[in-house]
Amino acid sequence: MPRIGVFICHCGENIGATVDAAAVAKAAGELPGVVHAVDYKYMCSDPGQNLIKEAIREKKLTGVVVGACSPRMHEPTFRRACAEAGLNAFLCEMANLREHCSWVHEKLPETTEKAIDLVRVMVEKVKRNRPLFPINVPITKTALVLGGGIAGIQAALDIANAGHPVVLVEREASIGGHMAQLSETFPTLDCSQCILTPRMVEVAQHPNIRLYTYSELESLEGFIGNFKAVIRKKARGIDEATCTGCGACIQKCPTKKIPSEFNAHLGHRTAIYVPFPQAVPNKPVIDRAHCTYYRTGKCKLCERVCPTKALRYDQEDLLVEVAVGAVVVATGYEVKGTDFFPEYGYGRYKDVITGLQFERLASASGPTLGAIRRPSDGQVPETVVFIACAGSRDPAKGLHYCSKICCMYTAKHAMLYKHKVHHGRPYVFYMDIRAGGKMYEEFVRRAIEEDQVSYIRGRVSRIYEKNGKLIVKGVDTLLNSRPVEIAADLVVLATAMVPQPDAEALAQKMKISYDGDRFLNEAHPKLRPVEMNTAGIFVAGACQAPKDIPETVAQASGAASKVIGLFSKDELSREPVVAVVNRTAPPLFSTCVGCFLCETACPYQAIEREEIKDRNGNVLKTVARVNQGVCQGCGTCVALCRSKSIDLQGFTNEQVFAELVAL
Amino acid sequence: MKLGYFPGCSLESSAREYNESLQAVAPLLDLELCEVPDWNCCGATAAHSLNHKLALALPARTLALAERAGFDELLVPCSACYSRLAATRRDLLANEALRQEITSIIELDYVGSTKVVSVVDVLGRAAPTIRAKASVPFLRKVACYYGCYLTRPASLTTCARPEDPQEMEAIVASAGATPLDWAFKIDCCGAALSVSRTATVAELAGRIVADAAERGAEALVVACPLCHTNLDLRRPAIERHRGVSYALPVLYITQLVGLALGLSERALGLHRHHVPVRFAPGAAAPAAAPKEN
Repeated sequence: MPRIGVFICHCGENIGATVDAAAVAKAAGELPGVVHAVDYKYMCSDPGQNLIKEAIREKKLTGVVVGACSPRMHEPTFRRACAEAGLNAFLCEMANLREHCSWVHEKLPETTEKAIDLVRVMVEKVKRNRPLFPINVPITKTALVLGGGIAGIQAALDIANAGHPVVLVEREASIGGHMAQLSETFPTLDCSQCILTPRMVEVAQHPNIRLYTYSELESLEGFIGNFKAVIRKKARGIDEATCTGCGACIQKCPTKKIPSEFNAHLGHRTAIYVPFPQAVPNKPVIDRAHCTYYRTGKCKLCERVCPTKALRYDQEDLLVEVAVGAVVVATGYEVKGTDFFPEYGYGRYKDVITGLQFERLASASGPTLGAIRRPSDGQVPETVVFIACAGSRDPAKGLHYCSKICCMYTAKHAMLYKHKVHHGRPYVFYMDIRAGGKMYEEFVRRAIEEDQVSYIRGRVSRIYEKNGKLIVKGVDTLLNSRPVEIAADLVVLATAMVPQPDAEALAQKMKISYDGDRFLNEAHPKLRPVEMNTAGIFVAGACQAPKDIPETVAQASGAASKVIGLFSKDELSREPVVAVVNRTAPPLFSTCVGCFLCETACPYQAIEREEIKDRNGNVLKTVARVNQGVCQGCGTCVALCRSKSIDLQGFTNEQVFAELVAL
Repeated sequence: MKLGYFPGCSLESSAREYNESLQAVAPLLDLELCEVPDWNCCGATAAHSLNHKLALALPARTLALAERAGFDELLVPCSACYSRLAATRRDLLANEALRQEITSIIELDYVGSTKVVSVVDVLGRAAPTIRAKASVPFLRKVACYYGCYLTRPASLTTCARPEDPQEMEAIVASAGATPLDWAFKIDCCGAALSVSRTATVAELAGRIVADAAERGAEALVVACPLCHTNLDLRRPAIERHRGVSYALPVLYITQLVGLALGLSERALGLHRHHVPVRFAPGAAAPAAAPKEN
């Protein structure tokens, strides 16, 4: 005979103010099989848990139903309490009287009635619960880091320094990401490349880091602790082991006028190239779309000048399979181009540039070697207008969010310009100045007060060209609130930060969630900021939301510490909510008839084929078997099984039907 | 193709030539314009700055009449009328209680089956026909001027790029003209301040005329009666204000298309303009059609 205990929680006023908890407990006490039923103000508190433990011991309970909040919240708490009192944790069930009842209904007799129904349903279920035991799965202690910007570099170094192997995958020919493109960094104005390149070298030399540049994730399968990743190593066209990175091929390449991605299209590169001088690895790639040899079948000049004969024109993409236990996604961001803004010329005006392009103009390694010269004619601009919030915080443009870094880098740009062109006149159009951060506000004040940058609060409605000047039409919303027109030589748009163009495709490939703006969704916006909802996958950097370098590095270290924490155990304990195929006595062995409909239905490839053999090794029957390490407990196979041979532990057909009958 | 037609007040008065040119062009583009019986004023600025329900009821009555007459689409040439009718249709479809209230006020049912389209919408669709039938291509540089209501608010119009629209450019190009890239195509002309504050209009409309002229436009092309008034009728005020005289005629887009299709100046009402429609001898003068009457 079952001996069930029912514990009704008031959750302070959350449940108690709407549901008559005492009445629920009283009604539950009268249900067949229930031998104990009480209510208490906070069941999750220590005294509340003790009520459960004592009742289990004294009343020799065979099952427990806690009528409280969502099982997402406190099921682990109550199951642990049951286990401590000697009851198998999986003999404890929760009836959700808060989210499913008190929070969504008014205080009415029917609300209490519904609460009683919910409890009765779970009592009928728990009567049919069986003791279950957690499944242990081994952990592959290797991490996969996607993206070799500052976020990926930091995460990879932290994990590698803790002693775990790391596979770092970068899509471009070199690691470094956007940070390598930046000139100086706010609020200290130290050189971005100078602080980044030592980290890049450290990655390349780290014995625990295997670096795949010019590579992309092809597929990801498996689950926490046991992922299988396939990496597409795109054909570089050279043999990396033989190439010494001397650069002779780059100097001789006849195709020299390809817009340089690294210089944000302000400079040129050759068809065989390294993105920038400090590239890691310093080995070139051939851009096959532009290479004369691949386009016409003739040239091969690079092969002739290569001292080590490292060119491999027939090289093909290589698929590499790696087993990893955790993944850190750090795929970064892009900025909107000037062509996104019809009112700012739709990309027609050469001297309307993005903030990222200004970084390249201001950078010593950039196309102008750090001199501020406008792209159209190379003149030093006398008047520069910076427009903050270009696209960001603009519902009409479809981008509601704040890109977060623009206020700071715009102040930095105006300052850098003023430091290089002393007589220049910088203007900044802004909506608000968001300078939250250590020394950030002081930095902006410095731009305004010491470097005399003119800040104009208002937006720009249009930019047009007239007599060689860019006329910037805007409004000053302070003081007299008047329209303003500035004849500028250069306009810098702080264009919105957006996810990589293929962020959505990558998220779908990895089965991780993303928001309406295509940024990745962390598991909890406050309390689980570096985890994804998919266990074993973590996130760092601007692919999750716009953020600056300090914040990105902090999040990367956070993600790394989560990975290291996961790798600190040898085995993972998983909930035993998995499907099982029944086994019966010979000669039947199982009611499974071996149709393997389940095999095609399973979204996780968890169904295996098991051959049942006699002592002589003759196959008697082939039946389905569920790989408990892979099964996610979705129940699709259960619904499809024609002979009703599969059941889901913890949610058996018998349990679910009993719940329905009790309603 | 049969279209419901709501000329609105100005096309019967100050913008007669817009009506005349539209009526003249329509049959050549296989468009049959059927005037909505017993239509009324859209309420324009006056109604919607004073009484919200009146501002909805006036356009709703015309919409309901058009719907009752069975039109799928209602052509509204005036930009202000277009905006008011489109806004009314959107508001009534979005709010059932409001729809019931307004339909009870106008004592006519309206379910929203009739869509509101502008002259730019209709001519845009007819662009291939215009290109095919343009016997006298209008081989001149023109500045297309949209004003406010034709492209905005973006949620109300069909314009793909409200801040830098291209629809009129496509139409004039199909008629042989070269549309210019210029700076003021969606700036305000001063609108109804034409009556109360002519000096403000002289400043606002003056910038538009000046920029178009400086960029070498041979004509301004408009699709709104009020814009036309401010750029054409108010030209003396503009010229006084700026101290410059501009020989820049202002054509309705229907007039430009009509010229390309070989219609006479008189049929298109060009003689009604205050700024004379005269062009420097160039690649193609407007059709030297026989004078009527």
